[in-house]
Amino acid sequence: MKKTTNYAAGILEAYEYLLSNHKEFFIIGQGLWSPWYVGATMTDLDKKFGTERVIDCPISELATTGATVGAAVCGYRPMIVHPRVDFMLLAVDQIVTQAAKWRHMFGGNSSAPATFRAIINRGGEQGAQHSQSLHSWFAHIPGLKVVMPYTAKDARDLMISSVLSDDPVMFIDDRWLYEKEEEYTEIEIIDLNDVKPQKLRNGNDVTIVGLSYTSLLCEKACQSIEISHKITCDFFDIRVLNPLKIDDILESVKKTGRLLVVDGDWESCGMASEIITSVLEKIDVKILNNSPKRITLPNAPAPTSKVLEQQYYIKESEIMDALIQITK
Amino acid sequence: MNQEVKELIDPLNFRNSINIDGVEKSMLIDMLRKMILIRKAEEKLSEHVESGKIKCPCHLGIGQEAIGVAVALVMRKTDRAFGAHRSHAHFLALNENTYSLFAEVLGKYDGCSHGMGGSMHIVDNENGFKGSVPIVGATIPIATGAGLAAKMDKTGDIAISYFGDGSCEEGVLHESLNMASIMNLPVLYVCENNLFASHLHIDLRQPSNSTSRFAKAHQISNATVDGNDVVGMYKLLISEILEIRNNKPFYMEAYTYRWKGHVGHRDDIDVGVKRGDQLTAWKERDPIKRLFVAMKDNGIYTEQEYESLLSEIDQKINNDWNRAEMAAFPQEEFLLNPVYSN
Ligand SMILES: Cc1ncc(C[n+]2csc(CCOP(=O)(O)OP(=O)(O)O)c2C)c(N)n1
Ligand SMILES: [Mg+2]
Repeated sequence: MKKTTNYAAGILEAYEYLLSNHKEFFIIGQGLWSPWYVGATMTDLDKKFGTERVIDCPISELATTGATVGAAVCGYRPMIVHPRVDFMLLAVDQIVTQAAKWRHMFGGNSSAPATFRAIINRGGEQGAQHSQSLHSWFAHIPGLKVVMPYTAKDARDLMISSVLSDDPVMFIDDRWLYEKEEEYTEIEIIDLNDVKPQKLRNGNDVTIVGLSYTSLLCEKACQSIEISHKITCDFFDIRVLNPLKIDDILESVKKTGRLLVVDGDWESCGMASEIITSVLEKIDVKILNNSPKRITLPNAPAPTSKVLEQQYYIKESEIMDALIQITK
Repeated sequence: MNQEVKELIDPLNFRNSINIDGVEKSMLIDMLRKMILIRKAEEKLSEHVESGKIKCPCHLGIGQEAIGVAVALVMRKTDRAFGAHRSHAHFLALNENTYSLFAEVLGKYDGCSHGMGGSMHIVDNENGFKGSVPIVGATIPIATGAGLAAKMDKTGDIAISYFGDGSCEEGVLHESLNMASIMNLPVLYVCENNLFASHLHIDLRQPSNSTSRFAKAHQISNATVDGNDVVGMYKLLISEILEIRNNKPFYMEAYTYRWKGHVGHRDDIDVGVKRGDQLTAWKERDPIKRLFVAMKDNGIYTEQEYESLLSEIDQKINNDWNRAEMAAFPQEEFLLNPVYSN
C-alpha cells in the first residue's frame, strides 16, 4: 500500500518542518491554541513547539499583522494566520501599503519577508462576511507574492517556499481542499521564484486553467468530459498568482486554440480576466477556434439560504457545459 | 494578573433575587416576558442546530438575555441599535418577532433579511435594530456614525452599540470612543463582557478584565454592572438616558456569561475549552430566575402566573417555528436582485 496524505496534513507537515528547522520561523494568529479555528492544519503545534513560537493572540488583526511585518523586518520569518480571508481585511494597510512596499521604497535596503496565511472558509450558510476569497485584489499588488496551492504536496512545499522566500507572501489555502487525498511524497525545498503553473493533464481540444479549489473542479470536469464527450484538455493549476507566469499556458493555447479559466472569485478585475488578457496579448487571436471563456462566482455577495448558496458556488457540471460549448 | 473586577466575575456572588423597588409591575412583567421569550427562542434554535435543520452558524446568548432587554426598554423606535454575531437577544428584545428570526436562520424569504443573512446578519429597521454583523468590532464605528446622524437630526435619538469583550481588542473601538467623546455623540456603548472570546478567557487576551478602562481613557462616562440583573441595568440606563440623548456618550460594561459554547448548541466543548465548574455556577446567576423570584417574593407575580406565561410563550415559539419551517425559500433571482438598488 502506498502512503497517502491530504491537504491539511500537508500544511501541518510544513509547519513541523519549519518549526524544527528554522529558528527564525514563528507563527501568530487567532485560534492557534484551539483545534477549532484552523481545521487539522495546526493540531498540537503549540504543545510540540511551545506557545512562544506558536502564539495565540487577541482579536487584533491589524496589530498582529503589523507585528508580523515588524518581526520580518528585523530578521525573523514569521507567519500571521488569519482563519478567514474576511478577518484579514482589517489588516490590509500592513500587507499592501507597508510590507509589499518595504523593499522598493527603501531602494532595496530593507525587506519584510512575512507570510500572510489566510484561509478561505466558505459555504455552510455562513453568508456574505465569512465567504470571501479576494485573491485577485492581492495579486494586483507589486511586491506581494500570492500563492494558492491545490495539491497536498503544494500546500506543504509551497508553504515552506513562501516562508523562506525573501519577499512578503500571501498564502491562501481553502478548507474545501483539506480532505483532498493524494500519494505521499517527500518534502521538496523549492525556490518560490521557480514555481510556475503546473500542467496536471494533457489534451488537445481545450486549455483549461484553475487555481486552488477550482483546480479540483477542473480536474474532475476534465476526467468526466473525456469519458462522456471525448474532449481532451490541457489542464493547468496556477499555484502562484503574482507574479504570474503565463508561458506554458500560452504554448498550450497555441495548440488547442481554446481557453477556459475557472476562478472561484468574482468576475470583475479578477484573476480569470488577468489570465485571459495575458494570453490574448501575446498570441495572434486568429489562431483561436473560439472566444476565451471564464467561469467565476455570480456578481453578488455570498447568500446564506441554502437554495441560493447551492446556486452560488461553481459546480463541476458548469465547467463541463462550458467545455462542450467552447468546443462546438 | 491585575483583576480590576473581582466580585462581578465570581459566579458565587449575585445569585439571589434582585432589587425591584421603584419599578412598575407592568414593566417588570415586560422584562420577564422578553427574557423568557429570548431564552426559549434560543433554546429552540439550539434544538434545531442539533437536529440539523439549521445550517447557518448560530451564536447563542443564553444566559445573557438581561442586557438586551434592559437596553430595549429605554429605547424608542427611532433610536438605532447595532449588534454583532451574538445578537438574537438584541433583536428579539425590540420586536419579540420570533417568526422573523426563525425564518431567517432557516434561510426563508420571510426572514428579517429575506434569507440572505441567517443568524449572523439580522435587521429590523422599524423597531430600531439597524443591523448585526459577524465581523468583530465592525458595527462599533457604524453605531458611532448613527450617533453622529442622530445628533444632526436634533431629535434626541441615540445610537446603541453592542459588542463583546473581545471586540475591545480591535483598534476601531478606540478610534470610535475617541471620536464619540471629542464630537459629543449620543451613543450608548454596551460591552457584554462574558469573559470569553471564543476559546480564550479575557485573562489571556487583556492585561485587565475591565474594558471600562477604555471609556475612562477617552473621558466617557461609564458604569460597570451585573449583566444578569435586568432591573439594575434598567434603572441605571433610565438615570443616564437623558444625558445620552443630550449628546453625551455613555459606556456600560455588563458582566455576564454565555451558557453555550462560542457557536452552536453544545455547552462549551466546541472550541476545546472546558469551563466545567464555572458554567454550572454561572447558571445559578440566572437573570430570569432572579427576576421572577424577586417578583414572587414581593407579591407581584405568582407561580401560576409564571407557569401560564411560560406556556403562552412556548406556544408562540412552537407556532412560529412550525410556520417558519413551512415558509418559502427566496426565488433564484433574489441572488442578484438586491446587489444594487436598481
Ligand atoms: C475581525 C474578526 N476577527 C475574528 C473573528 C472570529 N470571531 C468571531 S466571534 C469572536 C469572538 C468575539 O468575542 P466577543 O467580542 O467577546 O464576543 P462573544 O463571542 O463573547 O459574544 C471571534 C474571534 C471575526 N468574526 N471577525
Ligand atoms: Mg466575549
